[in-house]
Amino acid sequence: MSPRRSTTGARPPVLCSCLLIPLVFFFLFLTNSASLAQGETEVVDTTATTPLAPVTSLLAQDFKYDDGDKLMLTWVPSIDDIPVTGRVTAYEVYQICNNGEPHRIAELLPEVSTFRVEELHRDSSYQFYVLALAEDASAQSVVTAAITPEQEWLKWNWLNLMVMTIVVCGAVMVFIKTATKGRKLFVRKIAGLEAVDEAIGRATEMGRPILYIPGINDMDDVQTLASLTILGHVAEQVANYDIKIRMPVARSLVMTAARETIKAGYQTAGRPDAYTDDMVSYITDEQFGYVAAVNGIMVREKPATVFLLGAFFAESLILAETGNSVGAIQIAGTARPAQLPFFIAACDFTLIGEELFAASAYLSDEPKALGSLKGQDVGKGIAMAAIIIGVTLTTLATLTGAEWMSSATELIRSWFVVTD
Amino acid sequence: MRREIPLLITGIVGVVFIVSYFIPHWPFSQMNNWFSDWFSIIQACAIFLGALNLLMVSSQKIARKAEGWGYAAVIIATFIMMVGIGFSGGVGFREAAGFDWLYRFMYIPLSATMFAILGFFVASASYRAFRARNVEASLLLVAAFLVMLGRVPVGDMVTSFMPDGSQMSDLASWIMNFPQKAGQRAIMIGIALGLVSTSLRIILGIERSHLGGGD
Repeated sequence: MSPRRSTTGARPPVLCSCLLIPLVFFFLFLTNSASLAQGETEVVDTTATTPLAPVTSLLAQDFKYDDGDKLMLTWVPSIDDIPVTGRVTAYEVYQICNNGEPHRIAELLPEVSTFRVEELHRDSSYQFYVLALAEDASAQSVVTAAITPEQEWLKWNWLNLMVMTIVVCGAVMVFIKTATKGRKLFVRKIAGLEAVDEAIGRATEMGRPILYIPGINDMDDVQTLASLTILGHVAEQVANYDIKIRMPVARSLVMTAARETIKAGYQTAGRPDAYTDDMVSYITDEQFGYVAAVNGIMVREKPATVFLLGAFFAESLILAETGNSVGAIQIAGTARPAQLPFFIAACDFTLIGEELFAASAYLSDEPKALGSLKGQDVGKGIAMAAIIIGVTLTTLATLTGAEWMSSATELIRSWFVVTD
Repeated sequence: MRREIPLLITGIVGVVFIVSYFIPHWPFSQMNNWFSDWFSIIQACAIFLGALNLLMVSSQKIARKAEGWGYAAVIIATFIMMVGIGFSGGVGFREAAGFDWLYRFMYIPLSATMFAILGFFVASASYRAFRARNVEASLLLVAAFLVMLGRVPVGDMVTSFMPDGSQMSDLASWIMNFPQKAGQRAIMIGIALGLVSTSLRIILGIERSHLGGGD
């Protein structure tokens, strides 16, 4: 009995503590809530009574290296513009043209401190001010001094790019001239291009068509142009072997250009009568609508050879894997680095980046075109030299701590960086 | 003349685009915009050629009862439906109920379905690419395995005994930031130079097969 008693005897303190602890917590919670509410009220009260701080150091400057139609505004954000807890909800930029009435030209998010004013006139003067906005207040900055945009002749900040362009273009032109004079130029073998004739031959043997996909971009993309130049060579071979070529396209302009190219290929092969317009057909501009149609053609017609040459995006792997599944030999090429791994994984041959652009020169074997390929090598030489010197200087600067090496590295780097 | 005029236009436009890149002054600043606008206008006009071609090819298929002519019938029916509903909506056809509905509840789901297939194709392509057939493929396999492992929480759990900065996620980041980026930049330098060279060939008229023939 005694243990039971003792147990029952201990119950009142346990019960007390069980009741007491929640009560204490509840009391603490109430106190805390009250203090929080008090704090919130205080904050609200404070903000309501404190005027909003305007932006400071507002400066309107001419936008450098333009046609005289832009100005640059910079300012220091309001001191009330604090991330998350700040009062500023937005900034409004106002423009005064030729001392006229101000009008709002932009509404910007908090923490923004620059704005480029565009579509201005060189014969007008402009003043600006910025209005900081809060839920319950607004604050106007000072008005800037009148300024007129100025026009420049050259983008001097792009001088490095200009020099590089002249050097690379000059080198290409010099080599074209050299090649025209009859000097023999060496161009390395490109496996993907060597396989073009082999792939066409396979289609001939199997008696199945060739499917040619020029990517999904329009004629304003150099990749599409490069693809059409390869198409010229393919079309000539197709005409020679008398096999069928199918070319579904995603752009109307590509359709007309591709028809001209294939027609010329048939003419060169001496078989203009064998050409028909339905070799090239327009599908749709919509990316996945086009992919669905091309996949359907692949599955139904089971082409022996598929060329995927041009600009490709997310559809690259869908097309390449479908081609793979129907057992076609596939030659792919694109200058989009993100799509190259997909082509390498799913296709038999892949033209990596510059090889796509080199294809037409390589296949035509024309001296002028081959000369342009050699001109590219000068650009590569410059890039390689800059990388080797830069890496060596950076490594030595880290090891020795020599200041001049860091400065030299920075100088080299600045020559390859374009600033806006 | 059939070839000379396009070559002349290509040459002039190409040179103007290069010059306007470095000279912001009038008239180059404006010419750049003009040419871009002209291209958009030509592009918009050319869509009629495309649509006409699509209808002709599909109609011929139906008339000949060629294999898969049913698909051609679907193309023509949906084409007429979209164009009809679009025109009936007037100027604000994009917001018109029918056109918007067809786009949002028919085109977008169909398009998303095509895109979703990509997930399965990535798996099958990866399987083929990552087979350790030679040294290069084995290196690819190992690198891919490490990167994949470093991208999921279990990767860091496996290497939790290692000091900070030497976890699996750090190794994955290192592979992506150094060997991968170095290789990609090399390709990009080649692409940029190839672009310059090809553009020059087109501007100078050396490359003309896209206009239909060599000489």
